[in-house]
Amino acid sequence: MNYQIDDKGYYGIFGGAFIPEMMFHNINELQKNYLGIIESESFRKEFRQLLEDYAGRPSPLYYSDRLSEHYSAHIYLKREDLNHTGSHKINNTIGQILLAKRIGKTRIIAETGAGQHGVATATVCARAGLECVVYMGAVDVARQSPNVEKMKMLGAEVRPVESGSKTLKDATNEAIRDWINNPVDTHYIIGSVVGPHPYPDMVARFQSVISEEIRQQLKVKTGREIPDYVIACVGGGSNAAGAFYHFLNEPQVQLIAVEAAGKGVDSGESAATTQLGRPGVLHGSRSLLMQTADGQVIEPYSISAGLDYPGIGPMHANLFVTQRARFLSATDEQALKAALYLSQKEGIIPALESAHALAALEMITFKPDDIVVVNVSGRGDKDMDAYLKYFQSQK
Amino acid sequence: MENRITSLLKKKKENILSIYFTAGYPALDDTVSIITELENCGADLIEIGIPFSDPVADGPVIQRSSEIALRNGMSIQLLFEQLKEIRNHVSIPLILMGYINPVMQFGIEDFCLRCRETGIDGTIIPDLPLEVYEEEYKEVFERNSLCNIFLITPQTIDERIRKIDALSNGFIYMVSSSSTTGAKGSVDQEQIAYFARIQDLNLRSPRLIGFGISDKATFGRASSYANGAIIGSAFISALKGAEPVKSKVKLFMDEFH
Repeated sequence: MNYQIDDKGYYGIFGGAFIPEMMFHNINELQKNYLGIIESESFRKEFRQLLEDYAGRPSPLYYSDRLSEHYSAHIYLKREDLNHTGSHKINNTIGQILLAKRIGKTRIIAETGAGQHGVATATVCARAGLECVVYMGAVDVARQSPNVEKMKMLGAEVRPVESGSKTLKDATNEAIRDWINNPVDTHYIIGSVVGPHPYPDMVARFQSVISEEIRQQLKVKTGREIPDYVIACVGGGSNAAGAFYHFLNEPQVQLIAVEAAGKGVDSGESAATTQLGRPGVLHGSRSLLMQTADGQVIEPYSISAGLDYPGIGPMHANLFVTQRARFLSATDEQALKAALYLSQKEGIIPALESAHALAALEMITFKPDDIVVVNVSGRGDKDMDAYLKYFQSQK
Repeated sequence: MENRITSLLKKKKENILSIYFTAGYPALDDTVSIITELENCGADLIEIGIPFSDPVADGPVIQRSSEIALRNGMSIQLLFEQLKEIRNHVSIPLILMGYINPVMQFGIEDFCLRCRETGIDGTIIPDLPLEVYEEEYKEVFERNSLCNIFLITPQTIDERIRKIDALSNGFIYMVSSSSTTGAKGSVDQEQIAYFARIQDLNLRSPRLIGFGISDKATFGRASSYANGAIIGSAFISALKGAEPVKSKVKLFMDEFH
């Protein structure tokens, strides 16, 4: 079975480019050129160099004694939280800004949920000297204010989005509308493995450095490149795509994707797309989508702004229906608990998104020899308000 | 293929006035009144919008009308119910315009069949790409005598326009500028250059110009470079207010006489 994109831009029945004609020119240009550009020697060299010198890669693969003891398995943490800007998002924005320059774009737009992608985009735009506009749902602007301030300091304009549920989905709508209105000078840096082809594949390739490093680091530390489990959270799914990428065709590796159950999968306030969704089209691709019987998109809910999205990337939808990956979900409460546990046992405060992946450790029965890699996709600085509230409620 | 769209386009070559509105707005049951009054007031063609929760090609006015229509309870199912007897008293061509997801969930085959039974003559589905239509949907649309209308924009290259022209059996929807719906209400030099470029391609399909057409002046200007034009957001804005919906339609349409 092939889990990678096919030559028409599909993962099985998912993917494609369902876009209005107004976006055709830009998308078609990317489809025709992205591989040629990102696989060229000069691009690869520049990309690798920046990942190393600017983003601080490779990110450590850290053996957690205390989690290993607690869960009776060998638990490794892939420390994407230690990257410049505090999450895996920088891998993709470095790649896309280099691409944007090569195709002659001078203005950058982005959507953001938790603000991690917005900060990572504002960061690379500052370095490249390009104008940057970030769309962010008004609800997210309020709940992730440190990131909003960072984006402003980096010189980006943050435009709060007041439509719909005022979260990631609506920010994405607004970014797409901006691109329709500014097709000539603007490149849209999508932050996840969503959107029309080639975005899901392009973003997955930029993030695939995560699993590339895991293989090399595991080899050094354990003598084998292949873990038994890789665990990552999934909103749109970019950190999971990167963490899974080089293990997709290694059937002995169990891929665990963790969605946000919000207040419970059946509570009506959830973002667990694989459990609540069916095939549909949103933001330019066919994937699994939370929707009403009439095909209207349902507004999702999660405490984690980065997972608060009614769809998942088409690659993940295919991993779900082919059962290549196992999909679990963690509630707000389970994620908060996992974040607190990691903070107090290892001195690492994870992002709320990553806390969902950590929560999955409670749900799996490991064998003592199992090698388990959890992708800690981001750090928790931005989530201190939510954590403090939870922490106080526990006293 | 012959239907009300093709006969209109054969009969009338210029100043075709097409009006778009969102079904279920301002009130859920206004659909039939709006259509009837638009025909009475001289519209040549009507585009009935199927509201969608995430209309990415639309500006604020149509976003807002879609949101209200959905809140009012509009759905494809209900729209077909409302239109069941429309052909007893309306004879101008009717087009359904909406995003692909609700249509997919309704079922493409069922959707086309219900269109034919209802007397719908065409569809505009902005996020259904040409290539997917050609490969998967063309046959069922044509079997049900539906003209699927494609968009072109200032960015669409000539080769693709030719392809769209060959695939079209109704008219081509010329998006007037690089924008979402309801943009500025004027026609500038750059747009005129684009209109003229398309005119020079001598396409077989008639063309209607839409996006940013808001009143008699912009309608007249656009129509001089095509077979007519489409008004959407400006009409929807005119439906606001407490007066009976038919008088609001009439007031808006009076300008065009």
